[in-house]
Amino acid sequence: MNLDIEVLRNEILGVIGPANSGKTTFLRAINRMNDLNVNYRQEGTIVFDGTDTRTISETLLRKRIGIIFSLPQVLPVTIYQNVAYGPKVHGTTARSVVDGIVEDALKKAYLWDEVKDRLHMPAPKLSGGQQQRLCIARTLAVGADVILYDEPCSGLDPISTAKVEDAMRQLKADYTQILVTNNTKQAARVSERCAFFLMGELVELSNTDALFTHPRDKRTDDYVSGRFG
Amino acid sequence: MRLTRISEKIIEAAIRLSGLLVIAFVLLIFLFLFANAVGFFRLYPIGRFITGTKWLPISEPPTFGIIPLLLGSIYVTVGAIAVSVPIGVAAAMYIGEVAPAWLRHVLKSLVEILAAIPSVVLGFIGIVWLGPFVASRFGLSTGMCGLTGSLLLAFMALPTIISISEDALASVPKSFKEAAYGLGATKWQALWRIVLPSASSGIIAGVMLGIGRVIGETMVVLMVTGNSSRIPTSILQPLKTLTATVAGEMGEAVTGSDHYLALFAVALVLFIITFVINFLAGLSLKRSRR
Amino acid sequence: MNHAQLRQKIAFALLGVATLMVVVPIILTIVYIVLHGYSAMSWEFISQPPKNGMRDGGIFPAIVGTVYLIIGTMVFSLPLGILSAIYLVEYARDNTFTRLIKLSVVNLSGVPSIVYGLFGLALFVMFMGFGTSILAGSLTLAIMSLPVIITASKEALESVPQAYREISLSLGASRWQTVRYCVLPYAIPGILTGTVLALSRAAGETAPILFTVAAFYLPRLPRSVFDQVMALPYHLYVTATQVPGIPQNIPFATALVLISLVFLMNVISFVLRAHYRKKRQW
Repeated sequence: MNLDIEVLRNEILGVIGPANSGKTTFLRAINRMNDLNVNYRQEGTIVFDGTDTRTISETLLRKRIGIIFSLPQVLPVTIYQNVAYGPKVHGTTARSVVDGIVEDALKKAYLWDEVKDRLHMPAPKLSGGQQQRLCIARTLAVGADVILYDEPCSGLDPISTAKVEDAMRQLKADYTQILVTNNTKQAARVSERCAFFLMGELVELSNTDALFTHPRDKRTDDYVSGRFG
Repeated sequence: MRLTRISEKIIEAAIRLSGLLVIAFVLLIFLFLFANAVGFFRLYPIGRFITGTKWLPISEPPTFGIIPLLLGSIYVTVGAIAVSVPIGVAAAMYIGEVAPAWLRHVLKSLVEILAAIPSVVLGFIGIVWLGPFVASRFGLSTGMCGLTGSLLLAFMALPTIISISEDALASVPKSFKEAAYGLGATKWQALWRIVLPSASSGIIAGVMLGIGRVIGETMVVLMVTGNSSRIPTSILQPLKTLTATVAGEMGEAVTGSDHYLALFAVALVLFIITFVINFLAGLSLKRSRR
Repeated sequence: MNHAQLRQKIAFALLGVATLMVVVPIILTIVYIVLHGYSAMSWEFISQPPKNGMRDGGIFPAIVGTVYLIIGTMVFSLPLGILSAIYLVEYARDNTFTRLIKLSVVNLSGVPSIVYGLFGLALFVMFMGFGTSILAGSLTLAIMSLPVIITASKEALESVPQAYREISLSLGASRWQTVRYCVLPYAIPGILTGTVLALSRAAGETAPILFTVAAFYLPRLPRSVFDQVMALPYHLYVTATQVPGIPQNIPFATALVLISLVFLMNVISFVLRAHYRKKRQW
């Protein structure tokens, strides 16, 4: 696929398009998660904060760019341990410091109130929506600046989806977010700019309103009005 | 908790090294056998070793012909496979397709128990019970013969054959069976005409692995086959296998002597045979899984 | 009942008979050993050294020897086996080197036990000069156990959900950290089970220790890893074939002790597996 995109700080960029259009590949290229696939090839550069992402070590890059997967993936340990895992891995072990980080992250992810009394409960026991917000908290805890979302609400009911979207809006002030979604209405609700991918190609990128109401490209128009998808 | 880059690199190097060591061991085994065997072949022509029909290491001059030993191994293996394959595959069919769930658990546990019995124990049973039994049934002077060995080896090969056959039968797609039932077949007809044939390459792989196990078995044959290095003309005679030769004679051979080196040559032959069999079995297993 | 159903009944009956032909001898063998060995079993038998060329006394040193060999085998095979499995599952790419390793594992598992014994003799006893010793025997048994441990560990590692690795890596952890904190802890039960099984097999093997460690009549216990040692399988072999005039229930009792030990280890492995399966949270 051929791409030339610029992502603005503190924006929520929506990425929409039918299945297999390359949205997930694009997303995962940003924090080099595609490198886990032996057959992956990439040319060109991704620049993050002025530096080519390939020149930064993967571990540091992923600290600053986090990703939320489509199915809530939590480690089979307690809520606290899930969030504390990131800081632990990067060298922060002092209990008081970690406690603070965990609380801060859970608050920002809109989850603190619901779990503050049961931090030591196994995380898999949370509901889907709570687990997904836990994943957000996990990413925040390592000090990410950018959060990537790969169809995060695909397995969630509308109420949980709403809570996740609320969290995203809260985070906008301090974080840059890229949301890949199959749900065009979600993109319309949450994002300010939106990119439409089709078959591995970036077809159009513009303000969300414009994209949905008067798209420049006919293919975009067909997709958002449901003529295919 | 974050290790320094260096200690992490060390750990990762150790991990990669371990993979290397595994390959190294195989090569080492081959190397040591080969080196000593080559030493032997400098003293004794390889042609006479391979085609010689007399294995007389302590005669003057000693002859080291491998044919009697090879035939001994082949006899017991053929005998063992002839018994264990029909019984094993049939049992696998019963366990996998006919037995109710609770019985299946019991049977599988029993087969696991069999797999756990050390070979020396089975050899012992051969000496104290099976051997005399075979002798009295066939009117032999001694029960220490090829047949006793074959029967015990068949017993030992059963777990391998049963479990691989079971896996092969279970991995036949359910849709095959259901298609057969849909056409009015009974369970048995579906099993015999459809499931079994589709599982055949997996079963064959299992049989090959069983053969590999049987050819390589040492203690049982050492204890019950009589250890006579004359070419056997019937399975009711004592015979000597490749494995029993190495195990039985190494204790007497003087280090570095012809005999000592000859035994390494025998071991090399064994290594090559089992290598080839396991390789073929692996290929067959891979093909069956596709 | 129609023709086809009749055939099915007969066929299934035959299958059942075949199964009986497998199962009955198993049960009979065990019962046979228990019945005949029981009479020689006593506390003295297990705890005393042999006397009078093994016609009297007990097999305590053989039990100790086997235990030492089990421990020695574990010490050498477990680290190498686990690390190799970790390499194959977590680090290896699909290239020739990896395929070679997998091929080697398969080959090692097919090598006859006597070839291991000879190899152990040539490499550890002679070439490295350890002599017939616990060290040589353990090393030989360890190489023999390696394929089993690697295979079991590999399966245990592969059964850990891939999601855990993805989560850890996406948070910026290194490969090793991911393995250590998100994979290994969940694979340990499977690894343990496989190891105990491999060791139970090593405990019952005779051929690898014939020339590398075993001795028949050593009333004294070994004092260093360079000593020879008695071992249960070897003891059974010798008393069954080479000691004239020995009361027959002694080898039976030895066999009984040996299979009890092996079965005990199998049971432990089984219990471990069941216990961890219950605790599993995924």
